Amino acid sequence: MAQAVPANQKWWGGGRSPFNVEYGKLMMWYFLMSDAFTFGAFLIAYGTVRFSSNGWPDPNVVFSSFPGMGHAHMPLVFVSVMTFILIMSSVTMVLAVGAGHSNDRKSVLKWLGWTIVGGAAFLGCQAWEWTHLYHQGAWWGMNPFVNADGTEASTNFTNFFFTITGFHGFHVFSGVIINIIMFIMTYKGVFDRRGHYLMIEKAGLYWHFVDLVWVFVFTCFYLF
Amino acid sequence: MAHHEHTHTEAHGNGEKHSFDTKAIWRTFWILLVITCIELIIGMFIAPHYHSMKLMFNILYIIFTGAKAFYIIAEFMHLRHEIKNMIMTIAVPALLFVWFIAAFLWDGNSYKNLRNTYDPHHKEATSTPVEKKAAHGEHGAEAKPEAVH
Repeated sequence: MAQAVPANQKWWGGGRSPFNVEYGKLMMWYFLMSDAFTFGAFLIAYGTVRFSSNGWPDPNVVFSSFPGMGHAHMPLVFVSVMTFILIMSSVTMVLAVGAGHSNDRKSVLKWLGWTIVGGAAFLGCQAWEWTHLYHQGAWWGMNPFVNADGTEASTNFTNFFFTITGFHGFHVFSGVIINIIMFIMTYKGVFDRRGHYLMIEKAGLYWHFVDLVWVFVFTCFYLF
Repeated sequence: MAHHEHTHTEAHGNGEKHSFDTKAIWRTFWILLVITCIELIIGMFIAPHYHSMKLMFNILYIIFTGAKAFYIIAEFMHLRHEIKNMIMTIAVPALLFVWFIAAFLWDGNSYKNLRNTYDPHHKEATSTPVEKKAAHGEHGAEAKPEAVH
């Protein structure tokens, strides 16, 4: 339900934001749009190449390891842990934004702190996953896995996997850095002096976008 | 909620109307978690036993993914509660994706069919299981020299 607005409101008459949001927040939305098209281009390229191939590796076989479990076959379990961590950190981020609305500095610090922990945990999981795959012989330009139908796979699978999850991981990394900066600024009372916590909202938008992209990466690589 | 004369632009500071709806956030969290669990149960336990129904499962995944994306954008990113004009500046360009995905996947599929029709060598090379090639004494993973690093 869109925000209710009085019928005679002259949004474009000057003197106010026509979209009823702060300029920086609107621009963050448009930046995220452009970023979405970048990720979209990557994922659609992946889809096109996969559709043009006669065979493709089975994700249930490729992604079936779990830290400390040796060769136990646990398909998709580890990636579900990663997904849970990211969803959870999105929730703590919204709670930080919510605390910012009521200028509650202590709660902002608490929830922002947990969001940083969640982001770092996700990056740690991804580092493990990449290292594990690398030791199995997977990297850009090399693919040890065979296709689901037993035919030899090209390196398209690993190239797209490492490029796209790497690009996403880089977004998570910059998100964590941004959140750390927000944490320090909150701690120093910058937003209290400013009178509002709008900056936390912009960082929040970016963080949710990272979660949003993961939803698509998860479906395209681990489920299809 | 008839009168919202105050614009956000000034500051959220006075916070009279924006008592943040924590309940809605947790509801969204549970929706996302349940959808993800359903996807994983299908992906881990159900889909591997019904290979012929792969297309149906994929359609299911797409519906679930769309639902998750909607809830993240609408609730976590708060877009549902913005002004309609602003929602449209985000939603309408995003609709281009529908066309991009349809066109490019169609193109990929067409390329595959053309290649299989006119390049019999490619078709044979990509439809012969590795086991048969490995008969020369090479062994599975070691068949690719660059894999040993």
